[in-house]
Order: sequence, then C-alpha cells, then structure tokens
Amino acid sequence: MATRATKAFLDEHATRPGRDTVMTVLSRAFFIGVSLLFLAALLFAPLATVFAMAIEKGYEAYLRSFSDPDTAAAIRLTLTVAAVVVPLNTLFGICAAWAIAKFEFKGKSFFVTLIDLPLAVSPVISGMVYVLLFGLQGWFGLWLQEEDISIIFALPGIVLATMFVTFPYVARELVPLMQQLGNDEEEAAITLGAGGWMTFFRVTLPKIRWGLVYGIILCNARAMGEFGAVSVVSGHIRGLTNTMPLHIEILYNEYNFVGAFAVASLLTLLAVVTLIIKTLVERTGYKGH
Amino acid sequence: MSAFRQPSVLPGFGLTFGFTTFFLSAIVLLPLAALVLMSMSMHWKEFLDVVLDPRAIGSYRLSFGASMLAATINLVFGFIIAWTLVRYEFPGRKIIDALIDMPFALPTAVSGIALTTVFAQNGWIGQYLEPFGIKVAYTWIGVTVALTLIGMPFMVRTVQPALEEVQRDLEDAAETLGAGRFYVFRRIILPTVLPAMLTGFTLAFARAVGEYGSVIFISGNLPMKTEITPLLIVIKLEEFNYRGAAALGTVMLAISFVMLLAINLLQTWGRRRVVAVGR
Repeated sequence: MATRATKAFLDEHATRPGRDTVMTVLSRAFFIGVSLLFLAALLFAPLATVFAMAIEKGYEAYLRSFSDPDTAAAIRLTLTVAAVVVPLNTLFGICAAWAIAKFEFKGKSFFVTLIDLPLAVSPVISGMVYVLLFGLQGWFGLWLQEEDISIIFALPGIVLATMFVTFPYVARELVPLMQQLGNDEEEAAITLGAGGWMTFFRVTLPKIRWGLVYGIILCNARAMGEFGAVSVVSGHIRGLTNTMPLHIEILYNEYNFVGAFAVASLLTLLAVVTLIIKTLVERTGYKGH
Repeated sequence: MSAFRQPSVLPGFGLTFGFTTFFLSAIVLLPLAALVLMSMSMHWKEFLDVVLDPRAIGSYRLSFGASMLAATINLVFGFIIAWTLVRYEFPGRKIIDALIDMPFALPTAVSGIALTTVFAQNGWIGQYLEPFGIKVAYTWIGVTVALTLIGMPFMVRTVQPALEEVQRDLEDAAETLGAGRFYVFRRIILPTVLPAMLTGFTLAFARAVGEYGSVIFISGNLPMKTEITPLLIVIKLEEFNYRGAAALGTVMLAISFVMLLAINLLQTWGRRRVVAVGR
C-alpha cells in the first residue's frame, strides 16, 4: 500500500514536473497539517503522557512501582490468562478456517457472522453474560456455591470473558486468506496419498503462516489489554483477580499516578511491539483482513 | 433433498466443523442466549420500567449522541487522514500509517487514563482550553474525544483502500476539461469512496456505542449527565440487579444486531457500486 502511493507520487513528478502550483502546495500543506494536528492531540499526546507520567518522580520510583507485590501479581495474572486464551483461540481459529474455507455447506455466511458476533457486542455485555450464568444470583449460581466452585470473581471467569472478546481474531484472518488461496494444492496432496494431518502441516500451514502470526498477535494484544469484559467478572480483588488493565484503574483511582502509568507504560510497549510485528508481517506481502 | 455440504476429497470437515460449532456455542451463543432469556423472563412492564427509566434514557442520550458526534468528526478527519496517507509523500508517513492502528492495539484503560490526563484542566492540552471556558475532562466533550480516538482507525482503514481505487486519470481528464477542484471531488472522488465512508462511519459508531474502558475515566460518571449505558449496566450488576442489567444488555444487543445488519448491507451496496462504476 505504502509503496504504491510512493510510486504513484514519483511517476507523477517524473511525467509532469511543473505540477506544483500554489494551490497544490497549499492543499498538500493543509491536508498534512490537519492530519498531524488531529493525530497529535488525540494520539501522540496521550501516548507521550503515559511515559511522561510514569517517570514523573524519576526512574527509581518508576522501577520501584514494579516491585509492588500487587502489581507483580497483576502482571502474572495477565500473562496466565493470555497463555490459556491465545492457544485455545488459535486452535479454534484454525479449525473454523478449515471448515469454512475448505468446504461448501449450507448457511455458511450466517455461520461466519456468528463467529464475528463478539466484535459487535459491548465488552460489558461480553462479561455480563457469564455473570448471569455463573454469578451468585445467576442460573448456576447456587449449584456452583454448593459445589464450592468459583468461576465469577476468579480465574475461570476472567479466562472465559477474555476468550469471548478475543474469539474471532484468528479466524477472521485465516478464513479470507484460506479462501483466497484455494484448495488445489491440498486436493493434490490428498490425491497423491498424503494424510489429512500431513496435508495440513506440510501444505496448508506454510502457506498461511503470516496470516496466522498476524491473527495471534492481535488476539494476544486484545487478550492482555481487555478491560470492560474482565472488569465485570473479576471482582477486583487486589493481588488475586486484578489483571494489568484493572490494576491500572485501581492505582489511578487511588491517585497513585506513577504506579498506574508505570503499568500503563508496559501495556503501551506491548501495543508498540504488536504494531511493529504487524508492520513486519505486512512487509512479507501479507495484508490484514 | 440436497446434502448439507457438497462432497470434497479433503478430510476433516466433521472434526473441524464439530469443534468450531461446539466452541462457538459454549463460549458465545449459549451465554448470549442466557442473557436474552433472562430479560424475556421479566414481565414486559418490568422490562419497560428498567429500559425507559429516566436514568437509562439519559445514558442512551449520551451514549448515542456522543457516538454519533464522534463518528461524524471521524467522517471528516478520517477522510483527511486517509487522503494524506494515500496522496502525499512526506517524512514519517510510514510511521504515521502504522500508528493509525494504535487505538486498536492500545488497551482501552491506557487510552482512558492518558486522555484524561492530557485533557484535564492542568493537562498538556486542557490548560489551553481552560481560559476559553472549555472543559473537556469529566464532561460530554471528553466522552466524545475518547470515542473519536477509538473510532478513528475504523474510518481511516476503510476509506484508505477505497481512495487507492479512485482512478487518477479520470481526475486528470476532468481537470483538463476545465473542472474545478471541488467539482472533481464531488463528482469523481466522493462517489467512489462514499460507500467506504458510510461503512467506516457505521463501524466507528457501533464500536463507540459499546465502548467502556476509555470512556469511564474521562467521563466523570455523573448519573443523567455523563453516565454511558455500559456503565449503567455495570452499576446494576454491582448492585446484584441482574434482571435490570440483562434488560439494558438486551437493548444494547438489539442495537448491535441492527448495526451489524447495516454494515453488511452497506458493504454489499458498496461492492455492487464498485462493480457498476468499473463497467
């Protein structure tokens, strides 16, 4: 995309060098200026604030905020949740893509819409549905209490809510990609006697690997950063059920700005790394869906 | 009777379709059904009492009004940004192009506290607005600012590919024939990107209506004034008023479905239009 725009620009200048009239220079300045101002106010300033606030009281205070046991627990919990959710949703995404892209069946487009459903639902609702099922006054609440199983205000609830929210990410990348690549090579492999698994690992997987990486990093970024859905099911127990985004809220509301922005700076770095990997994947020629 | 699926030499349909259906039902469909069932178990009068309560109406007004305003702001600035990225070459263009996706990747709690800090009375931007009597943080303006940031990538990323499709030779031909800049924009550029702009608008709006994390820090959360609908749901859940929360959730879910339908229709319309223009 970027190279195409650059090429068009250079071509135009090569063929029509006298095109820079006062109007074109002015409109160019206007568009670039307005875009940069808008992004500066809404995006760059907040990003810079995160780091400025985190080191406001010096680097030592910044580093010290990570030795707080509750902060360390929040980081551990977020990593645990992502370690459970991302592989499961990756497996789901691959299965969904195989079923949808490799076969023709009735009601396929409706099926695809159902998979995309979590993207259209408010995060608060994504968390609430589990509270209605497993919360104390929910459908299974009494039974769960008798059996002494805790889902809401505990790790399973946080995992479920995160799973709901990040559910479509891998499937969304793989389905269009695999549809576009077609079935010819897989059919050839099967006809030549390869088994299903062998066909998948030796033929399909190498073709879709960049789409898979793309889906996984987006899924991971959302899983680690989810706030609304997790906030509803977590119960905000310090050191126990607070993920990093929830811990940011608590520290912020306690006016512990260095602590809040220190944790926020980690999540911002995660977002930056995600975007860097995304850009690198796009350089291989893969374009996200 | 035709078969459910067409025959294929490829294996694994039963396994992958079965697993997908099971996982989809367990994680998404059954829980959502539980929500609708719970609100259906309410008497319709009780349901209406909850969803037409003045506090609920106030929250719809803010959620929908601010989302609509934010999507409209993005309609203008999203187009300008997409145009800048597609048509102009300048230092740092690639980095800015990559950063457009930042609001997707950045956790909402982070953008929430960062925006609040920037737009607070003593913040980097808020201090310059304060003398003019403009308060952003803890007002509806702040809610709109947060929703604009959240919706921006939807608009830019939808309009960008459409702008690349605009045929430059048509523009040049029109200019040679004496068309002014505005005329070229109105008759050549706008018709090509209009479906994409409307799709982007709807996507940004749909996302904004449900947004929670980035809003609650900057909104101040005063009932009737700066309380969004998702927050009202959370408050009801915290009061263990599950039925009230379910009723409001059902209203929001219904709206999401309508938005989803609108997006699909817009995209179909856009595709048909592109084909028609291509002929």
